[in-house]
Amino acid sequence: MLLQSLLEQSAHNLPDKIALIVDQRRYTYLEIEQQSNRLARALLQRGLERGDRVAIHLDNTLEAVVSIFAVLKAGGVFVMVNPTTKIDKLTYVLNNCRARILIIPEKKRAIIVEHSDLLPHLKTAVSVGPATSPQETNELQMPRFESWELLQAEFAECMNPPATRTISIDLAALVYTSGSTGNPKGVMLTHLNMTSAARSITTYLMNEPEDIILNVLPLSFDYGLYQLLMAFRVGATLVLEKSFTYPHAVLQRIIDEQVTGFPLVPTMSAILLKMDLSKYDFSKLRYITNTGAALPTEHILTFRKRLPHVQIFSMYGLTECKRVSYLPLDQVDTRTGSVGIAMPDTEVFIVDDAGHRLPPEHVGELVVRGANVMKGYWEAPDRTAERLKPAEIPNEMYLYTGDLFRMDREGYLYFVGRRDDIIKSRGEKVSPKEVENVLFTHERISEAAVVGDPDPVLGQSIRAIVTLMPGQELTEKEVLAYCRKHLEDFMVPQKIEFRDELPKSPNGKVDKKQLTLP
Amino acid sequence: MNSIQSEIRNFVADNFLFGEDPESLLNDDSFLETGIIDSTGVLELVAFIEDKYSVEVDDDELVPENLDSIDRLINFIESKLKELK
Repeated sequence: MLLQSLLEQSAHNLPDKIALIVDQRRYTYLEIEQQSNRLARALLQRGLERGDRVAIHLDNTLEAVVSIFAVLKAGGVFVMVNPTTKIDKLTYVLNNCRARILIIPEKKRAIIVEHSDLLPHLKTAVSVGPATSPQETNELQMPRFESWELLQAEFAECMNPPATRTISIDLAALVYTSGSTGNPKGVMLTHLNMTSAARSITTYLMNEPEDIILNVLPLSFDYGLYQLLMAFRVGATLVLEKSFTYPHAVLQRIIDEQVTGFPLVPTMSAILLKMDLSKYDFSKLRYITNTGAALPTEHILTFRKRLPHVQIFSMYGLTECKRVSYLPLDQVDTRTGSVGIAMPDTEVFIVDDAGHRLPPEHVGELVVRGANVMKGYWEAPDRTAERLKPAEIPNEMYLYTGDLFRMDREGYLYFVGRRDDIIKSRGEKVSPKEVENVLFTHERISEAAVVGDPDPVLGQSIRAIVTLMPGQELTEKEVLAYCRKHLEDFMVPQKIEFRDELPKSPNGKVDKKQLTLP
Repeated sequence: MNSIQSEIRNFVADNFLFGEDPESLLNDDSFLETGIIDSTGVLELVAFIEDKYSVEVDDDELVPENLDSIDRLINFIESKLKELK
C-alpha cells in the first residue's frame, strides 16, 4: 500500500466530506485529491524522477498538505523542513538529500535567491503566495522560480493522478532529526513504514470517520505529520492550526469545530493545566494523546480529575519508527507512570549492553521490531549501524532506540533515561552538539557546553555554559540573539551562563555531569 | 510615539527580536506570522503587561485579537486601563 492511497481511498469513498479545515477554510477530500493530482503532474513536467527528493518548507497550510501528497503521487520523496529553520541548516538539509525541488512561502524567496550558489542540486523552487517583489525571469537562473498558482493552473483540466511509479518498499519521506553528533540525519521511511505506523496508531486510538482531530504541531514534526496521515486514513477531518501560541484561541477551536481528538506534547499540557478548563465545553472531546516526552504523572492525574470523560493516551516513540508503545486506557489509573505496551503489530524487548534480552524489572536499552522500523539514516551507514543491528532472523534489522527502559512482569514499559545527552525540550529532540557548534562559531566564545535542566513547562530547558576569549565581553542577550539567528526556535537556550572555565574530566573532555549538578 | 507604544516596542525588541533591527517590526505586523513569539513567549508578554500596567489578563483574553501585534497590544492595554478607571 502506498502512502498517497490514504488520501486517494478517502477521496474515492468520501469525496464530499470535509478533510481539512485550515485558515478558516474547508476543503473536501476530492478538492485535496485534485489539487494534489495537478501539482503532481506539474512536478513531473518539471522533470521529477522517481525517488527524487522534494523539500517542503511551509507552515501548517493547505499547500503543505497538497505538496506532501503531490510529491508522493509524482513518485518523489518528501522532506518536511520546520518553518523556523534558518538558512544555514536549510542549506545543509537541501544539500544532504540533494533536493531537486523546494516549496517555500513567497517571503522566503529572496533568501533562497541570495544563497542559490550554495544549492547546486536545486533545480526548481515553487513559491506559495502573492509575489511581494518584482520578478525578473532569468532563464539561466538556478533554481528556477515558479509560482504555486501557475502550476495549479497549468493542469487545471486534469482531475486524475498521474500513473503510479512507486511500490510500497520505495522511500516516501526523509524526516530530519537531531543526532548526538550535531548535524541532523535524515530518517529514511518507506511507504510501508508509514502506512504500517498509521494503521497501528489509528487502531489503538480507535479513530473513525466521525473524528475531528485538531493539530497545532508543525507538519515537519512527525507527531504533527501523522495527525494528517491518520485523519486521512480513516476519512476523518483534520483541523490544522499553525501553533499553540494563543492557547485560548486554540481551545475555542476545539469547541467551534467539535473536536474529538487533540494531540499534545508535555509543554502544551503544562500550559493547559494552568488555565481554567471548566470554562470550556469539551463534551465532544473523546481523547487527548501525549508523546515527545513522558507526560508527568501529575499532569495525567489532573486531566483525569478535570476532564473525566476524556480518554488519555500516554505514548512513546521516536522518529526512527514513529511510535513504539501506548498505555491502554484501562491502565491509566493504575500504571500512570508507564508508557504502556507495544502498539499493534510491533514487538519490543529490553537488552543489556551485549544485546542479550533481559528479564522483567531490569533496566536496559529498548529494542523495537516492526514494519514501521526505518530503513536507516540517509547516506550515513555508520550512524545507521549504531541504531539498526542484525536480528536473529537473517536480513532482519532491530531498531536500538538508545533509550533506557524497564519492563514490568506484564510487559508494561517505564522510561528510565537516555543513553546519550540528547535534550528533549517542548517534546522535540535537541542535540547539545548542534547548539554548541553554533556557539563555537561566535568569534568571542572560546568554549561552550549545552545541557538540559528539568523544567515543568518545557520538559527540559536548555542551558548553555560558555567561556569567552581572553579580554572579550558578551552579554546573555547578545548570545541569545546569535542563537536565535542560527537555530530553530525550540533549540534556542533558555539560559546562558558565563564561566571562567568549564569542568573537565581527566581525559580533557567537558564534564557535563558536573554541569548538571544542582 | 506614545509611552505605551514605546514600552511595548522595547519589551518585544529586548525579549523576542534578539538583535534584529527593531525598526523592521511594523506596528501592525502579526507576531504569529512573523514567527517572533511562541506560546511560552505569550505567557512572558502577558506577565509583563500584568506587572507593568497592574491589570489582570484572563485566559479567554489570550487571543490574537488582543495580543498579536504592537497595535493590538496597545488597544488591549488601553481598554484594560479604562476598565480600571
